Amino acid sequence: MTRIWKHRLFWPSAALLVLITINSIARPRFLTITMRDGDLYGALIDILRNSAPLMLVALGMTLVIATRGIDLSVGAVMAVSGAVALTVIDGSPDPGNLGTVLVAIGFAVLVALVLGAWNGFLVAALGIQPIIATLVLMLAGRGVALLITGGFITTVNSAPFSYIASGYLLVLPFAVFVSAAAIALIAVVERRTALGVLTEAVGINPEASRLAGVRSRSIVWGAYIVSGTLAGVAGIIYASNIRAADANSAGWLIELYAILAVVLGGTSLAGGKFSIAGTVLGVLIIQTLEATILFLGVPSAQSPVFFAIVVIAVVMVQSPWVRGGLSKLTRSRRPQAVAEPERTKVAA
Amino acid sequence: MSATMTQARSMPADRPTSRVQTFMSRHGAMTPTFAAVVILVLLLVGAEAFLRGDFITARTLSALLLDNAYLLVLAVGLTFVILTGGIDLSVGSVMAFTGILGAQLVASGVPVGIAIPAMLAGGSAVGLLIGVLVQRFDVQPFIASLAGLFLARGLAFVVSLASIRVEQPEILWLQQNRIRLGEWYVTPTGILALAVVAGAAVVLHLTQFGRTVYAIGGNEQSARLMGLSVARTKVSVYVISGFCGGLAGLLLTAYSGAGYPRNGIGTELDAIAAVVIGGTLLTGGRGYVLGSLIGVLVFGTIKTIISFMGAEQSWMQIIVGALLLLFIVVQRAIVARSVRRR
Amino acid sequence: MTMLVDTEVPPIVEMRGITIQFPGVLALDHVDFLLRPGEVHAIMGENGAGKSTLIKALTGVYSVDSGTMTVAGVKRTFASTADAQDAGIATVYQEVNLCPNLTVGENVMLGHVPRRGGTIDWRATHAEATRHLHSLGLTIDPRSLLSAHSIAIQQLVAISRAMVLQAKVLVLDEPTSSLDRDEVEQLFGVIRELRATGVAIIFISHFLDQVYEISDRITVLRNGALVGEHRTAELPRDTLVTEMIGRELDDLTALSGTAHRLIDRTGEPVLRAEGIGKRGVLEPADLDVYPGEVVGLAGLLGSGRTELVRLLYGADRPDAGHVTVHGAPAKLTSPRHAIDHRISFSSEDRRGEGIVADLTVAENIVLGIQARRGWTRKIRKSEQDALVAEYIEALGVRPANPDAVVGNLSGGNQQKVLLARWLATAPELLVLDEPTRGIDVGAKADIQRKVAELSARGLSVIFISSELEEVLRLAQRIAVLRDRRKIGELDSADVDLDGLIDYLANEHEGSVA
Repeated sequence: MTRIWKHRLFWPSAALLVLITINSIARPRFLTITMRDGDLYGALIDILRNSAPLMLVALGMTLVIATRGIDLSVGAVMAVSGAVALTVIDGSPDPGNLGTVLVAIGFAVLVALVLGAWNGFLVAALGIQPIIATLVLMLAGRGVALLITGGFITTVNSAPFSYIASGYLLVLPFAVFVSAAAIALIAVVERRTALGVLTEAVGINPEASRLAGVRSRSIVWGAYIVSGTLAGVAGIIYASNIRAADANSAGWLIELYAILAVVLGGTSLAGGKFSIAGTVLGVLIIQTLEATILFLGVPSAQSPVFFAIVVIAVVMVQSPWVRGGLSKLTRSRRPQAVAEPERTKVAA
Repeated sequence: MSATMTQARSMPADRPTSRVQTFMSRHGAMTPTFAAVVILVLLLVGAEAFLRGDFITARTLSALLLDNAYLLVLAVGLTFVILTGGIDLSVGSVMAFTGILGAQLVASGVPVGIAIPAMLAGGSAVGLLIGVLVQRFDVQPFIASLAGLFLARGLAFVVSLASIRVEQPEILWLQQNRIRLGEWYVTPTGILALAVVAGAAVVLHLTQFGRTVYAIGGNEQSARLMGLSVARTKVSVYVISGFCGGLAGLLLTAYSGAGYPRNGIGTELDAIAAVVIGGTLLTGGRGYVLGSLIGVLVFGTIKTIISFMGAEQSWMQIIVGALLLLFIVVQRAIVARSVRRR
Repeated sequence: MTMLVDTEVPPIVEMRGITIQFPGVLALDHVDFLLRPGEVHAIMGENGAGKSTLIKALTGVYSVDSGTMTVAGVKRTFASTADAQDAGIATVYQEVNLCPNLTVGENVMLGHVPRRGGTIDWRATHAEATRHLHSLGLTIDPRSLLSAHSIAIQQLVAISRAMVLQAKVLVLDEPTSSLDRDEVEQLFGVIRELRATGVAIIFISHFLDQVYEISDRITVLRNGALVGEHRTAELPRDTLVTEMIGRELDDLTALSGTAHRLIDRTGEPVLRAEGIGKRGVLEPADLDVYPGEVVGLAGLLGSGRTELVRLLYGADRPDAGHVTVHGAPAKLTSPRHAIDHRISFSSEDRRGEGIVADLTVAENIVLGIQARRGWTRKIRKSEQDALVAEYIEALGVRPANPDAVVGNLSGGNQQKVLLARWLATAPELLVLDEPTRGIDVGAKADIQRKVAELSARGLSVIFISSELEEVLRLAQRIAVLRDRRKIGELDSADVDLDGLIDYLANEHEGSVA
């Protein structure tokens, strides 16, 4: 029995279960799923669909964090991706044409991939601290998105494009399939190939990995490319949802939500071992919490307060001081030691 | 110490050095700030030459300070934090929060004499929270301040979902009163901002606290071993940044005549860019508030140039981002070179 | 253990019966230490001897489990480094604990700067700093930034600061590691000044020549115990080195034939390095390794052995020299290059550069092969399981569980996992840097047996160990290094332990002070 307790997915699963339970007590119809015209509807379905952009971004963030890095530019990349896609569609003679939409999406995701590669270049090749390197794109990216849309919120009326966020495939929303596909793809690549283990090695002990011949540079670079690409797809889903490219709101604050999801899922911010399943749980927790807050009638603009409290609580509990205090109950006497001098200075 | 030795040792340390070498060894840290001054001058001259012949006028330059007073105050507070090697991503949201808070208070009849201190206290409280998280709970500054950003932004909307006009003459006076000296003019907001710069400079260079800030940025472990009150100082710099956020909220409210919860989205990045362009290293330990002043002026000049050119404001973010990147890459190259030389 | 008797001047620091126990390790075992004012006292011992633990006890970093500490006649217990500083004990570490972004004068005076009307009086600060620097015979511009100066100067500034704090005891921890000859002279001059004024100086260093030049007394520690305290002038080098590294029971007589195996040196060497060096790190050195040969590198800590092999492997980039592998020139400027040439390297820093602590035994063992195959070609589970099981068996890894997290294993078993990693890559040349340091006797024996067995089957090995018996036991040829220079080579069949110690301690080559 104790082994379940110690499993690292225990706490996130428990937290999610608690949230769902609270919701279903407060809102009896929470767990209800209805079928209409062959499609499933319900609060749970909404959560799954609405979590798609965050899911994609958080998956990419998990890989970047595993390499001891961070990607603060994902929101901005989402904005750029949406802007590119919508500009292509808007500028084409037939916005409703499936081919046009596919080209637009392809192009937008390609641009996002390039932006991810740019981040990877700064971090892996130039050795710039990830926080600072991605801060630049965080700053400039929205400007680029605004330029692309000419300063306006470009709207389109395109059935194939809107399908992405609101359409259904079989019985579930299409966006859920996108999420699931991303999760499956990443999980397979990370665990079926050696990429997962090598990434963890790079994050846990970069020097030992280097001496063992691991291609650390490529692995780190790759993580940022994946993060950028996933952010690009997330931007498409977001734009499809509002049928517009809003450079200012797209992905606003999504960085912190993604980091929070990763941390809730059990991956350490210090890098190393990571858990895709944990991140998935973390995203669902956040999305359920958001739905709860909205249901309670809190205006969505005010919801950041709740998340701030959650973040603060989580980091406080994970802090060495609290951990030390808890272990003091069972600690054997040992000579105290001054903290190791910091090798690298983290500017954030 | 007794003077039992016979002569001062002649050693590599006092190989006859040229005046240039002595100057560089004393003031080498000012090079990035000096570069910022050069950039500012180039911008002004360039605009004058290629844009409009009447760019450099008393009017334009006065407006430069007037329009960016709030950013200047933010940048000064941020300088303290960045000097210790930390970062504060919450300043824009704190500015919005305190701005709307103040507007709400005076709209409800609270006297200005209480509303303004309340704004400053609110900003400082957020700063204190961040500082405690960083120092006591060992949270990385960007996560702690990102949580502060969330908190302040959410609280701003809690105070009010819509903007609130401010009509109190005392507040509006700060912005509308113009003190003229010939062609030049300055407002109380501008004077306030410059006073903050001056005060910060005095603190950083002439007080134990200020020197501790630099020491922490240079080598926190050493500062601790040298007996400096590192813990207290690290928390204080975030309180200062929060306080400046509150002050900036006041300035911005006076400037726009209203509190608006959507204010300052992205302003923290502008402030960070201004600080970095002004020569403060993000790794901490080096930089000057005067440099941040220059950085804000560079920022404001670029904004003015863009508006004069009739180009879209979105260019602003791109250019600032590009400049920031340039400075960071150069900073990194300099650091890498000095490490290799050892 | 030599009984310490108080003679002449009463000691400034008296440590009696100091014992410090860490989980699983007795770091200090009833150690006595006496320090007299106006003397330079060197503490010597290899890694794990207890030197740094003793100093950390003295400077308030560690609290002692038992024993007493008396400073200037007053019994003391230090709860923190600040307490030790208040008692007049100042330390200058290798990584100079000052702030490089502040001026020299400010670093000297920080915390004690003169004020005027509530604010700092800079002119007075710099004047005072100049005064303190002068009293040590230094003329450094107090207004210059600390970072504008070399490490040597920065150390002198740190010492000046210690004098501002009126330290009675100055601990210098490896002060000369990054200094060139002139800078060492300068430092010694300052030390002599301080000694003349009655300051007691603890000098920790691996450089034998320097210790003999500057110190008045030497305390030797080994395995956490006090071996002896001597006047420097009365201690021959051989005795010092013997006290430091001691003698071990030879339970590996079965391997005695290894060192005497004949090596065929007529063909191409597997590796030939000519003039490999790096400024400030290692003087250019030559080294050849033939197929099936074990070349031992002997020397004390800090002599340059690790530096040399890191340069050979490409872990660090050399400034000078070139390398040929099987006669063909090879650019070994990164670990990947070395691995491509079938050279593997096991670092002496097991925890920092060896194991990936959070991964399992199996993942650690296959890391080398996996890295070489690239991320796309993952080793099949069945293949991995077989390989890992084979090595766990062959090297005797305990617990014999491939899914155990490596960080939880004992040092000896971690070392075996690392050895397995490198052996799994089927190298032609294996470089082992201190593979037996800090591990239990049984594991030490296992590893040495394995090395002997593999070399007999054709694997070339470069073997570094501070335990000279091990080197003599396994190596056919021994390269000796001292103070960052290779000073010679010996055929192990021609020399015994005493002879090797003598060579190491006394042999002079080239110009040495």
